[in-house]
Amino acid sequence: MATETRKESPHLKRFHYTQDVAVDKPFNWKQLVRLLEYLKPYAKTILPIAIIAMLVSTAVRIVVPILVGTVAFDVAIENNDANLLMQLIVGIAILYGLSYIGNMVRIKYVNLLGQNVIYDLRKHLFSHVQRLSNRFFDNRSAGSIIVRIMNDINSLQELFTNGIINLIMDVITLVSIIIILFVLSPELAAAVIVIIPIMFYISTRLRKNIRRSWQQVRIQQSRLNSHLNESIQGIRITQSFAQEKENTEFFDGVNTDNYSNWKTATKKSAMFRPFVEMSNAFGVAILLAFGSFLIITGNVTVGVFITFALFMNMFWEPISRLGQMYNQLLMAMSASERIFEFLDEEPNVKEKEDAKALDDIEGHIEFDKVQFAYDEKRIALHEISLEMKPGQSVALVGHTGSGKTTIANLINRFYDVTKGAIKIDGHDLRDVKLDDLRQRISVVLQDTFIFSGTIMENIRFGRPDASDDEVIEAAKVVGADEFISRLADNYETEVEERGNILSAGERQLLSFARALLADPRIIILDEATASIDTETEVKIQKALKRLLKGRTSIIIAHRLSTIRDSDNIIVLEHGKILEQGSHDELMEKQGEYYGLVKSQFQMLDDL
Amino acid sequence: MDILKKLKKYYWPYRRFLILSLISMIFVTVITAAYPVVLQLTIDEVIYPGNFELIPMIVIAFIVLMGIKALTVYTQQYLGDLFGISTVYNVRDDLYKKLQRLSFKYYDNAKTGDLMSRLTADVEGFRFFLSFGFAEMLRIFSMVTVSLLVMFYYSVPLALVTMAAMPFLAVSVYMFDKRVHPAFLGIRRSFGRMNTRVQENVSGMNTVKSLSREDFEIGRYEEKGENYRDHYLKTAKIWSKYMPFMEFVGNVSVVALLAYGGFLVMQGSLQPGELAAFFSLVWMFLGPLMNFGFVVNMFSQAKASGERLLEVLESDLELDDSIKPKGENIKGHVTFNHVTLTYVEDDDEALKNISFDAPSGKVVGLIGATGSGKSSITQLMTRFYEPEQGEVLIDGRPTSDFSLKDLRKHIGFVLQEPFLFSTTIKENIAYGNPEATMDDIIDAAKRAQAHDFITEMPNGYDTLLGERGMGLSGGQKQRISIARALLIDPSILVLDDATSAVDMQTEFKIQAALKEVMHDRTTFIIAHRISSLKHADEILVLEDGEIVERGKHDFLLQNNGPYQRIYDIQYQDREAILGKQHV
Repeated sequence: MATETRKESPHLKRFHYTQDVAVDKPFNWKQLVRLLEYLKPYAKTILPIAIIAMLVSTAVRIVVPILVGTVAFDVAIENNDANLLMQLIVGIAILYGLSYIGNMVRIKYVNLLGQNVIYDLRKHLFSHVQRLSNRFFDNRSAGSIIVRIMNDINSLQELFTNGIINLIMDVITLVSIIIILFVLSPELAAAVIVIIPIMFYISTRLRKNIRRSWQQVRIQQSRLNSHLNESIQGIRITQSFAQEKENTEFFDGVNTDNYSNWKTATKKSAMFRPFVEMSNAFGVAILLAFGSFLIITGNVTVGVFITFALFMNMFWEPISRLGQMYNQLLMAMSASERIFEFLDEEPNVKEKEDAKALDDIEGHIEFDKVQFAYDEKRIALHEISLEMKPGQSVALVGHTGSGKTTIANLINRFYDVTKGAIKIDGHDLRDVKLDDLRQRISVVLQDTFIFSGTIMENIRFGRPDASDDEVIEAAKVVGADEFISRLADNYETEVEERGNILSAGERQLLSFARALLADPRIIILDEATASIDTETEVKIQKALKRLLKGRTSIIIAHRLSTIRDSDNIIVLEHGKILEQGSHDELMEKQGEYYGLVKSQFQMLDDL
Repeated sequence: MDILKKLKKYYWPYRRFLILSLISMIFVTVITAAYPVVLQLTIDEVIYPGNFELIPMIVIAFIVLMGIKALTVYTQQYLGDLFGISTVYNVRDDLYKKLQRLSFKYYDNAKTGDLMSRLTADVEGFRFFLSFGFAEMLRIFSMVTVSLLVMFYYSVPLALVTMAAMPFLAVSVYMFDKRVHPAFLGIRRSFGRMNTRVQENVSGMNTVKSLSREDFEIGRYEEKGENYRDHYLKTAKIWSKYMPFMEFVGNVSVVALLAYGGFLVMQGSLQPGELAAFFSLVWMFLGPLMNFGFVVNMFSQAKASGERLLEVLESDLELDDSIKPKGENIKGHVTFNHVTLTYVEDDDEALKNISFDAPSGKVVGLIGATGSGKSSITQLMTRFYEPEQGEVLIDGRPTSDFSLKDLRKHIGFVLQEPFLFSTTIKENIAYGNPEATMDDIIDAAKRAQAHDFITEMPNGYDTLLGERGMGLSGGQKQRISIARALLIDPSILVLDDATSAVDMQTEFKIQAALKEVMHDRTTFIIAHRISSLKHADEILVLEDGEIVERGKHDFLLQNNGPYQRIYDIQYQDREAILGKQHV
């Protein structure tokens, strides 16, 4: 067997994957109430219909065994009353017809309810996340956000679809069966009912134990999957370093762990049904022995005995489901806790109630003693004052961490200043409408994101109401038209984020076209350092000039040619402005900038 | 069934589990059918005639039977599961080994998502089928047979009445299955589309925010959300149409039983207990039939999964690695003789008639536009691809003379996008040489200019890197990957655009590190910046897979070719910026 083939290998701890820890969240009533509030819009429409339909079929299920036992056997058959039997049969047939309709309506409405609630909840969460500020996204990986919007909400689907209705149905079924049994024969009912606590115990405790071990399997499996995923992505490195054998040894370890965890879990799971069977058998044995004793003594009729026998089979289903429900609620608790955590998150950058509309602007930017800190300890900008005139191009120069990106982020109001103020055309950024502001400003990022869709759609992302001609015009101006028309379907070519159709340089040109289409007054550009061959580089430089023409532009510059052509160069270090001026002025001054330029050329020459 | 035959070697060693599990299953069904019989005996033989002395015997017999059932239920389930997971253990192992050895060519055309779904969903589908499929098939078959036998034994006419439900049930099971599976597929696809939408939105959040497109995005999302909801409701509608109907068919036959059976009892040709037993038997008979569609579907899905697994398991390695590693040394003399390479048949050649000679210790620079074939040259040396024509020699011998392990052990790669694994920095550096001592690792890190920033981290060399080495800057990752290449002490070093995606300062640090390590090794530098390769002993300028120019920097500057043009573009800045300042 698999475990025997396992050899101790030194490579079993080659890789480390973050593992979830299995924890059960305590039951939180407040959270449940908050979750149930999403039912409110349907409390007077879908929900009552679903409940009524459920009640109809439940009632039929309970009534029929009584009719069969106490009426059909005890009265009709006992007295050879064919007429009564016929009436009874017609009655039962009608009841079944009702139950048929009830079931149809229930399944339809229960799903309608569940899907609507899930739709609302997910939309709420998605829209909320859209409004959150950059700070929120800085602290989290994209994966963890997606998991909440997709998987966590999905795990509530079953609760809102069948869960709640079934909960009501099962409680009603159990309680009414017990009551009916006691009405029919208190002694027999009391004797038979001892199996209910046993069943509850199996359904909750034993199941919890089983669930734990499956949780272990899932955790182990996600480790295995993480490794598989990584080994596919890193396959070129693995083969370059000829590490196939060592990795296989590691995988053997993971695979074996997975196997033995699974074996443990399946062993425990397999115990479950035998226990259920035995407790059921125990109940039936009591019924057989004690029931027939009661028949002799004349305390119960044969029909009651048969009714009991039919009901014995109906205990397990609701109890089992209630046990599952408990598990489901626990899982829903941890999912909803994660969802509410996001919903309770407030955007850091908020729009004022009385924010002014920002119509056409000139593009004049002023920093008035601006201070900014990402967190208390880390001050990114120290009381910076500067001015950018309309149409001017400004290059921000400095080492990583000098505050270049921070300045760009503040102009777009991705963050709010800690002290001081930033004004655009004399308006404090905090006083104007956020959407208006951002529509006047475009940011062209280093890592342009390509959405899956056509090239046309990707450029149009800059201004969704632009016509096809406008899109093509924008592409022509930045010189992207040339490579687009070489693609198989031109502007209708489908692209996607990780598709290799576009090179780094082509992506840049696309993002320029996107920004141009938005026609902003102010452009913020984070110049790319990606691998671009020299010919393409020249094209990009040309496109850039066209894009920036007539607009106020702030460039986080890496290329010396861009820096040189700027109207104003601001040299930053540790969040302070060291010096500023035009290229010629700064070179003349022989200060920091001069040193920077000189050393960059020198060090490359020295190599 | 052909697929099952091909996968035989994975499950055949565990056939014992399956057989025992199936035998247990037969016990389970037979005993299940015994429950109504016990009920019947109690009513007809004990209660009505008043033979109450039989009670203890019946109760004991019943408990014993149920005890056997409990036991066989356990062995049936456990051994069935064991059969599945043991088989899948072997399948996974083989899949992984295969994946480790598949060629670059394979991976060029494969999508990670597709491979992952084969490795996870299809493996799971296959396991599920092995664990449940056979047993479920047998259960349906035996349950239906046994319950029918008992029914016919009790009363032929009543059994026939019950069987009358079969055609109705069969038609609705068939119709339901035919409609519900495409609908489920629709849900899955729609969910996938919604997932992609959300994924792109979150990953591209910076772009969304900087263009202020939140409302637009909410609109785009809503469309997908509604689509998902509608797909789901469509499925629910099918469900609500057929499921209650099937139950209704069962219920109608119960009513028919009651009517006809009640009549027979009154006539005296049927015992009351037998009628009571029928109420249980009818569900034992109809229930499995309702599941039949599910099992058939499971078979076809398992078949599809098996096919997709076999596609991976049987794919061609394309590379014959039969030579045993001998621990050979390689000096690093690389020769290309008229080499032509085509990635995909009928496609344009990626390399055309490439020839050069790089004696050990020499530096070769490769420059050219994206797609001109620079990386292809280096990938031929390690046999990641095989040339179509011509030969690639290392130390004067064809590369196919060496075992892959020996060959690759002596060639170190630093790629543009450094890929780091989810493990400690130490393990990452030692990736190509897991036996290296801590001193060696530190030494390699020092030479790659990585030691300082590593020791500044809270856990130093034991710092765990997340998936894809998150938490480090591009330059830091690159220096770790350089240390990784150095630790194997390669005779040939390939720097594939290693410094282009970092800023100037970092590039300077990395270049300084590289300069020191290139010493004594044959080095191939792929770059766009002239400054990175101007000191090479030979520079090859590539265009569309051909060498259009070659020589030293000084020669190429005077050659009036593409190299000079690139130089002019890159250095005009310099002239303009520095020229008049006389630095």
